[in-house]
Amino acid sequence: MELPVGETYKIFRNRLEPTAQINSPGRISIVSGTHGDELEGQYICYEIARRIKEAPDCLMGIVDIYPVLNPFGIDMASKNNPLFNSDMNRIFPGTPGGNFVGRLSSTVIESITGSDLCLDIHASDIFVREIPQVRLSEEFAENLLPFAKLTNADMIWMNATATVHESTLAHSLNVLGVPTMVIEMGQGHQINKPYGDQIVDGIFNILCELGMWTGIRPRTQLPAISSDGSVEFIRSANAGIFMPTTEHNHFVKSGDTIGVVLDPYSGEILQKIVTEHSGLLFTQRIYPVVSEGDLLARILTGAF
Amino acid sequence: MNITEIYDFKSTYREDMRIKGYVFGSGEKSACIVGPTRGNEYQQLYICSQLVKKLAELEELGAIVNDKQIMVIPTANFYAFNLSKDFFGVKNIDINRCFPGNDYGEPVSRIAGGLFEHIKDYAYTIQFTSFFERASCVPHVRMMENGNENVSLANLFGLPYVVVRRPLPIDTTTMNYNLQTETSSAFSIFTNDKNSVNDREAKQAISAVLRFLTRMGIIHYECHSGYISHILYEDDLKDVLSGRAGIFKSLVECGEDVKYGTKMAEILDPFDGSLREEIVASTDGIVLFAHNTPLINQYETAFRMIHRLHE
Repeated sequence: MELPVGETYKIFRNRLEPTAQINSPGRISIVSGTHGDELEGQYICYEIARRIKEAPDCLMGIVDIYPVLNPFGIDMASKNNPLFNSDMNRIFPGTPGGNFVGRLSSTVIESITGSDLCLDIHASDIFVREIPQVRLSEEFAENLLPFAKLTNADMIWMNATATVHESTLAHSLNVLGVPTMVIEMGQGHQINKPYGDQIVDGIFNILCELGMWTGIRPRTQLPAISSDGSVEFIRSANAGIFMPTTEHNHFVKSGDTIGVVLDPYSGEILQKIVTEHSGLLFTQRIYPVVSEGDLLARILTGAF
Repeated sequence: MNITEIYDFKSTYREDMRIKGYVFGSGEKSACIVGPTRGNEYQQLYICSQLVKKLAELEELGAIVNDKQIMVIPTANFYAFNLSKDFFGVKNIDINRCFPGNDYGEPVSRIAGGLFEHIKDYAYTIQFTSFFERASCVPHVRMMENGNENVSLANLFGLPYVVVRRPLPIDTTTMNYNLQTETSSAFSIFTNDKNSVNDREAKQAISAVLRFLTRMGIIHYECHSGYISHILYEDDLKDVLSGRAGIFKSLVECGEDVKYGTKMAEILDPFDGSLREEIVASTDGIVLFAHNTPLINQYETAFRMIHRLHE
């Protein structure tokens, strides 16, 4: 779509097709860059294309890669789409023939529709760090869980409400019959290569399962599966500076101190952050400045 | 007038953001007027401040009906105003997309939740808000079509139009939608613009609120009867999209009655000044909404027209 001064808004798709003639090849879509501050998907898109180009004869289906839906957001390091200052993951499914935003979202939906599976790759924001995880809506879990188990993620979180909201890309595609999973990992503005490699292995595992890849099947793990009820949310009760005292992606015991909120003015500790439950510290606050209510940590309990 | 604290947001490096409610009269929670949740709604802030001033005068004169209470919250986001930001905090979140909120979640959810708890018991809530789009509009009252809307009540503001919107998923987290779903009769008032202070438009908005409060038996006030509002359903409005992008020169104004084929705007090439597109009215009607910045993208809503309505 045309912009006022010498530019157009373009979303690129890199279509990788089998070298051999295949009747009715399967098709998987990899989507990333909906939020401009989330860069983890950029490495994943690169690595998938690289591995396929290294052994093109192993590809037995179509892999569509959309590295960035929000190119202006990535350019400006902005979560929202700077053209309309809104979260692009709250505008789907859009309206064909509608206005700029409606067309943008409906064109994306139309392009992906027909895929046998879609993976919507997100990172965390700049405030918290996450382990690689799949987020599923319970409404579509029956269809998606078999695929989610193949992703090589560390965990599958069912019914994580915000990312499976009605106006998201994933929800809209699921409603239209394209099984779509949200994968989230790492943190905003950064790329964690080991996490990226882990998920790329999972994606090739899925390609193998779908008969779309005849290359070596990567060795993968089975993710822990959790529901909202087995996740402990720990939030700050104060405004201050959060200093973690535990490493991310470590197991903690009930009653452990995992950090403190301190006051840089008075030199006092305002709050000791103590866990109620034992489990895996899968979300950890990275950005030190916190307000009352800010998320400090999430602990996966009960799945072990 | 009493000033009550609605919510106290604590910050490490700034003064607390104490959201205040200005309360007039006492007794039954009758009407609550809520100002901007976004830091670019300057006109809406001005209107609410003037409304506080006017209600204080009316209270002095004994014009608040016995056992009726009115509260005005001039803004729920002055942190954003002071930094010329649209949204709240370092995460840049729109408070008006976080309702009904709660008291255990993210900071912005707590702000929304704190507001909601104070507002929801009022019989009528009136929010001054604005469009996301860069646009002006004819002043109107807006309601969500969710089964609880009472269009006849919206008519009592005496503004030219009442617009009823079929809610989309993105609307379900707005203040208006949640109030209307919960308990209140909730109305949003859209004024001509948000980016500048306009006295004439502000007076019209203040009169509309005072007219409504009078007609609902909340204040004693003599005012002009206003309009018998025309009820519009948003789905029936006719969008006029830009076919090209460029420099946007509007040739018509909000409220103007245009005929089929009228030249409404020109879109010019920003490099050589040549004409890229002439936007022409595809129907007779009144311009309800008009794009109001110098540049326009392709397929943006340049105008929204009330199809086949005349002055």
